[in-house]
Amino acid sequence: MTNEELKIKLTEVLPSATFEEGGEWVNLSVAPAEWKPFAHQLRATEGLDFDFLFCVTCVDWKTHLSMVYHLTSTKHRHSIVVKSKLDRTKPEIETVCDIWRTAEFHEREQAELFGVDFLNHPDLRKLILTDDFEGFPLRKDFEDPINMIKL
Amino acid sequence: MLEEVSAIDQGDMIINIGPQHPSTHGVLQLVVTLNGETIKKVEPHLGFIHRSIEKMCESLTYRQFIYVTSRMDYLSSHINNHGCALCVEKGMQIEIPERAKVIRVLMDELTRIASHELWWGAMAMDLGAFTPFFLSFRERETITDIMEDTCGARLTMNYIVPGGVMVDLHPDFQRKVKAFIKLFREKADQYNELVTGNIIFQSRMKNVGVLSKEDAISYGCTGPTARGSGVNCDIRKLYPYEIYDQLKFDEVIETGCDSFSRYLVRVKEMYQSISIIEQLIDNIPEGDFQAKTKAVLKLPKGEFYTRVETARGELGVYIVSEGATTPYRIKFRSPGFSNLSALNHMAKGGKIGDLVAMMGTLDLVIPDIDR
Repeated sequence: MTNEELKIKLTEVLPSATFEEGGEWVNLSVAPAEWKPFAHQLRATEGLDFDFLFCVTCVDWKTHLSMVYHLTSTKHRHSIVVKSKLDRTKPEIETVCDIWRTAEFHEREQAELFGVDFLNHPDLRKLILTDDFEGFPLRKDFEDPINMIKL
Repeated sequence: MLEEVSAIDQGDMIINIGPQHPSTHGVLQLVVTLNGETIKKVEPHLGFIHRSIEKMCESLTYRQFIYVTSRMDYLSSHINNHGCALCVEKGMQIEIPERAKVIRVLMDELTRIASHELWWGAMAMDLGAFTPFFLSFRERETITDIMEDTCGARLTMNYIVPGGVMVDLHPDFQRKVKAFIKLFREKADQYNELVTGNIIFQSRMKNVGVLSKEDAISYGCTGPTARGSGVNCDIRKLYPYEIYDQLKFDEVIETGCDSFSRYLVRVKEMYQSISIIEQLIDNIPEGDFQAKTKAVLKLPKGEFYTRVETARGELGVYIVSEGATTPYRIKFRSPGFSNLSALNHMAKGGKIGDLVAMMGTLDLVIPDIDR
């Protein structure tokens, strides 16, 4: 499926999605509340079949956080990028680890590095950092006078 | 913590495997819940060598950050550098010379063989055979020497840079690689027979750590781990980069879904890599080894994603640029991290003695997982 066809198909599934221009893949934004039902449809809709979540990231834009999900279909070989804007003071989004199980680890990592709260995640303990670590190191305003060397 | 304790039935036992346990290949801690000999749960605890490479890269320029990435998956450092260089080149639309492309592919495939050879020895050692470890290290040494001649380093190469490669090939490169091909062809079958055909080895691998095709996709597995479950996911075939679309090689796929299939995939991949090297070694085009680039690289505003096939699977490099000399955000989608997440699923219901075989065939490199 070409990117144009994919856009039409995606608009049918979620009319409120907004598309961004540019980039090699279809790039769309959804509201955090809409993400979980949309994710279910991405996985289950005939013709879309996004079964492979290959990258989960968060980006700190100083005014807000942005979750970025990279998805591919191993059947049709098309990929999309789904983004969701989160409130920086109370970042919350539903987990998708029941749809793509790889999300469990990736979400745990983003939760500790960015402080994103994944609702209904089975186990949000710290994965990489020590249990008593305070703060979210990959946020832009993180300060650590002892371990961080400014160039 | 209290909940966790109460979730454990009477008679269950929790044991720690690692860090620094001989079978964990590095600083990985596994908390295993056992009932008798049967595994109920495996919980990996990571981060013992977490260096926050992603944060570090945010303050390094596009020429500097390549050096840090060699320290992620140190067994395929060329391919890590390659992924990053490709991403920068994609952003800046740099076209690299034909010679550099061939050199890059040659180095990638030599690295893949070296990595798989090390894995092969370590794998056999995990299962109690000590000799293969020495044999594979001896042969791997030949590749490390070739690398040392050209790159000046034996492990963290930092050789592939945006725009091409850092220096031209050593005059001895072709001769030494040809000698290695000859050596590999002589020894590989012999070693293969020594381990692969071994009945003890086979019975410890077959039907151990079963991972179905659907699960492999759902857990985001890539590389030999997924190809052992029948998923075709070789980036070199699906999304060819450099000159992989002009080369003749097969994507190795096994459908056994168990540890033995994953083992076979890696062994057969070495033969494919050697055939790629044979196709290229006499056909290295003359010309520049590096494109002319500006001294200071600036990526335009936007997002760039590239993926390459490392020895362990798909490495994704995601750069968010704000038009500055340093990346605004960089994310490395490391293959080991996703592959490890399938371990609990694979191990559940298995025996504790088989856990080592499962971990061995996942080919875990801890710095790649922790980053």
